[in-house]
Amino acid sequence: MSIVEHHIDLATPRISEAEVADFIALLKPRVMSLVIFTALVGLVIAPVHVHPVLAFTSILCIAVGAGASGALNMWYESDIDALMSRTANRPIPRGRIAPQEALTFGMTLAFFSVMTLGILVNWIAGSLLAFTIFFYVVIYTMALKRWTAQNIVIGGAAGALPPVVAWAAATGSLSVEPFLLFLIIFFWTPPHFWALALFRSDDYARAGVPMLPVVAGPDATRLQILLYTIVLVVVAVAPWPLGYFDAVYGVTSLALGCGMLAFAINVYRRREGRKALRATRSLFAFSILYLFMLFATLLIEVVARAVAPSIW
Amino acid sequence: MDDKQARNGIVLTEAQKKSRRQRSIAIALALGVLVVLFFAVTIVKGPAVLVRPI
Repeated sequence: MSIVEHHIDLATPRISEAEVADFIALLKPRVMSLVIFTALVGLVIAPVHVHPVLAFTSILCIAVGAGASGALNMWYESDIDALMSRTANRPIPRGRIAPQEALTFGMTLAFFSVMTLGILVNWIAGSLLAFTIFFYVVIYTMALKRWTAQNIVIGGAAGALPPVVAWAAATGSLSVEPFLLFLIIFFWTPPHFWALALFRSDDYARAGVPMLPVVAGPDATRLQILLYTIVLVVVAVAPWPLGYFDAVYGVTSLALGCGMLAFAINVYRRREGRKALRATRSLFAFSILYLFMLFATLLIEVVARAVAPSIW
Repeated sequence: MDDKQARNGIVLTEAQKKSRRQRSIAIALALGVLVVLFFAVTIVKGPAVLVRPI
């Protein structure tokens, strides 16, 4: 049963009343901001000088590509979005935008973002951006999300690719460093989204989305969150001893990792009542801060080296 | 459909006109940004803009 009352009658022609703000909402601005930030880090840690105009073009194309993925995701998922309280206010279930408008909008942005990045920057970056959009929309949204509890594990690859695209845009090639950033986001995704799924499991169950807490239960999810967090902390610290990122990053990563682990252990231990709910919400919130701080450290290091190379 | 509407075809409401105008301006701005972007990159790259190795 839908929790929103607005429906668009597709059988009769309608004149759109969609405003620009509705189309901006289709781009998932909050997800886009994280994509822009991680892509920016991938761009600035690349060991080459990138002209600011090309850097701006690359980040803009990656951001628009991410927005296109969001719009296509909302087009395909409008049926289940209407069933979940978290997503019921999105433009399509609210009746502001017709699914066909969202599809056209998403496809147009996807085409222009990929072609612009390919033509103006390079085709390795353009191809990677096209693959990212394809992976998020077709592999994650259409194939995995309604089929397997491992949806966000595999689908997380799409969210982890923006720094790789940005590195390719800067250098015209691929290397170990962007792959390390990819791995950090990839292993960060399960604890982050399963924490959300734990306190939104009723939503997902109503919509028939086989998220891990719905399929395997909350206790199994708590164990998986803890295991993935351990892997995440190791993967995030590893670039320091391996010599790819320096000690400032290493120590920050270790400190943040201890915090992430503490929140994950708290989620694992507290299984009942309000304390359990608070623990999952805390982990979800801290996981965002964790990723932001980790990437911000890399960004600050690069800026500090550029501003005061002798001190650094 | 009444007689007046049949004579005039589809008549947009004020809300529809307003949102259509907003969308038109947004599309124009987006196209303008695209043109400026292609122009700026052409200036930055110079003749190398034509070199696009796969």
